[in-house]
Amino acid sequence: MDTKELTGAEITIRCLQEEAVDFIFGYPGGAVLFIYDELFKQDKVKHILVRHEQAAVHAADGYARSGNKAGVALVTSGPGVTNAITGIATAYMDSIPMVIISGQVPTPAIGLDAFQEVDTVGITRPCVKHNFLVKDITELATTIKKAFYICATGRPGPVLVDIPKDVSQEKTKFTYPSNVVMRSYNPTSKGHPGQLKKAMQLILGSKRPMIYTGGGVILSNAAAQLTSLVQMLNFPCTNTLMGLGGYPATDKQFVGMLGMHGTYEANMAMQQCDVLIAIGARFDDRVIGNPKHFFNKDRKIIHIDIDPSSISKRVKVDVPIVGNVSHVLIELIKLLETSKEKTNQTALKSWWKQINQWRERDCLKYDRKSPIIKPQMVVEKLYKITKGNAFITSDVGQHQMWAAQFYKFDKPRRWINSGGLGTMGFGLPAAMGVQFANPKGVVACITGEASIQMCIQELSTCKQYNLPLKIINLNNRYMGMVRQWQEFFHGNRYAESYVDALPNFVKLAESYGHVGMKIEQPSDIESALKEAFGLKNRLVFMDFITDQTENVFPMVPGGKGLSEMILV
Amino acid sequence: MENEAGALSRVAGLFSARGYNIESLTVAPTEDSTLSRMTLVTVGSDDVVEQITKQLNKLIDVVKIIDLSDGDHIECELMLVKVRAIGKDRKEIKSTADIFHGRIVDVTDKSYTIELTGTGSKLDAFLETMERKSILETVRTGASGIGRGERILKI
Repeated sequence: MDTKELTGAEITIRCLQEEAVDFIFGYPGGAVLFIYDELFKQDKVKHILVRHEQAAVHAADGYARSGNKAGVALVTSGPGVTNAITGIATAYMDSIPMVIISGQVPTPAIGLDAFQEVDTVGITRPCVKHNFLVKDITELATTIKKAFYICATGRPGPVLVDIPKDVSQEKTKFTYPSNVVMRSYNPTSKGHPGQLKKAMQLILGSKRPMIYTGGGVILSNAAAQLTSLVQMLNFPCTNTLMGLGGYPATDKQFVGMLGMHGTYEANMAMQQCDVLIAIGARFDDRVIGNPKHFFNKDRKIIHIDIDPSSISKRVKVDVPIVGNVSHVLIELIKLLETSKEKTNQTALKSWWKQINQWRERDCLKYDRKSPIIKPQMVVEKLYKITKGNAFITSDVGQHQMWAAQFYKFDKPRRWINSGGLGTMGFGLPAAMGVQFANPKGVVACITGEASIQMCIQELSTCKQYNLPLKIINLNNRYMGMVRQWQEFFHGNRYAESYVDALPNFVKLAESYGHVGMKIEQPSDIESALKEAFGLKNRLVFMDFITDQTENVFPMVPGGKGLSEMILV
Repeated sequence: MENEAGALSRVAGLFSARGYNIESLTVAPTEDSTLSRMTLVTVGSDDVVEQITKQLNKLIDVVKIIDLSDGDHIECELMLVKVRAIGKDRKEIKSTADIFHGRIVDVTDKSYTIELTGTGSKLDAFLETMERKSILETVRTGASGIGRGERILKI
């Protein structure tokens, strides 16, 4: 224990060091100047200077998702915090562990409408797992410890610590608690043995089983356990948008992503199965559509999730199991291995026959001979060139869905996207965070000309830190998903969805010191990708001019059920 | 829940964010000054109440929740009501207050202020016996609740 007194700013940095934080993404300002001063005096915690606070949080988010470690962001008071909100809400919706440290005006000025003051705890409350305002310096270290503990345990999520400027300047003795005990926060991790037995009985008695998994499998690092379970049972498996990579996409038991833009076979199997095993997923509206249409009286549902409030929220389940997905799956596998009863092989065989018939529908087909670049082809070629080994981030819209459908993720934490909040502008800053967490990894951001412009300023950050990202811009001159909905549901009235006055992306990239490429012919896709990925130390912005009229299929229209897909 | 600044707004914020109703809400510190006890009255189907309970449990500041209506419980609310009381009405109001075990806690030559405790429906019944136009002001605390008999909420 140090007997010397440290300032709040020193304590903050010491806490980050104790938590083995290697990168912190941020932007300085008045209220955090003492903290920045301490960052300057050390080199254990490396600060990454972004160009907008939203990007700081997205970068910390990408770092956490790909690196399996809490991300950390540092922003100043007032506009620093309001700019960060979109990033915080993004992380909250996808349950990403993160600590955000924000500066606040000095305590005597709080509530007096001081310069750059906002009620940070109030304004962030609905989009954080928890937040703190530290008014007393003697509570600073414990509070930061709690923030790291809360953000990563139970159902993860962002936790914000608001530090007034005077608190960062005052002094006290520093001790970092080795652990925290909170009477009001004790997340469950082990599943209830009785419930596990019930689940096993349903599994063994099933004739048309289906395993449906989400982001919880990724977050609890349960991909290996899930793969064992699926393969020992020979059941079909589908992943949600957030769950891709939880089960190897190239395996024959994988029936593709499900949901609004899921495969025909995945959606049909979800609708018609007799036992549904939901793992770390939450039956959200983009996944099962209308719960009334989803309802099937002949189907029993087992739901494994760490968050009790996710269970029976939209869909009533028969066997709820609250616990950490990874722990529960280990227990379930043990039970199944020692069980004398076995699954019904005859029924399973005819179920697979049915699924394979659905597969023959080839729901992801598109015109491969088109003279105009088809966006799907770009993703397919990207998959081929990177041998499926890249980290892929995306923004939000059509390109995101094509990335999810056509890039086959065999490993977890390789697919980084904003699933819950659907934040345009996420892709590029998230890719920066991914690259910091995986310095040797190949990182590509699949985006569109509308999304990329929402955080385009980060090209400057990429230059400063020499991040060799590859940006795949699927440029169809439209906010594609908006245009698609307008075509289907609003009588082809393309209200404000045309993206006019686009910059010359090649020159734009070059002006930031990067390499720009424009690709207009389908025959050039592969060679251009090879060239770009050959430039190992450079960021390459690839502007693919794609078919303006292409739509994402299959599609479950809003309010409909999973089997009511529009097919190509 | 933890007796922390902001704990109340986390609860209130949860209800408005998720579209749940708050019929009434009372909160004050307990004999343990680090803890506050809140009684919250809401209405909803069993599914909705289950979801509300789960969502409240997720709040870090919430230590423990019980649904009092799951078993026998005592519910009590305090009301202060100021009524116009002139001439022969004064006697009648006084006797009505007595019937309801109310206490007159303040008097002027034109008004009574009556303190009344009990269930919400008892307080409603009292207000109904008063003539609408004679009621000058009412203040109600909302219900506080506790389990009956040995049933206790302890951490």
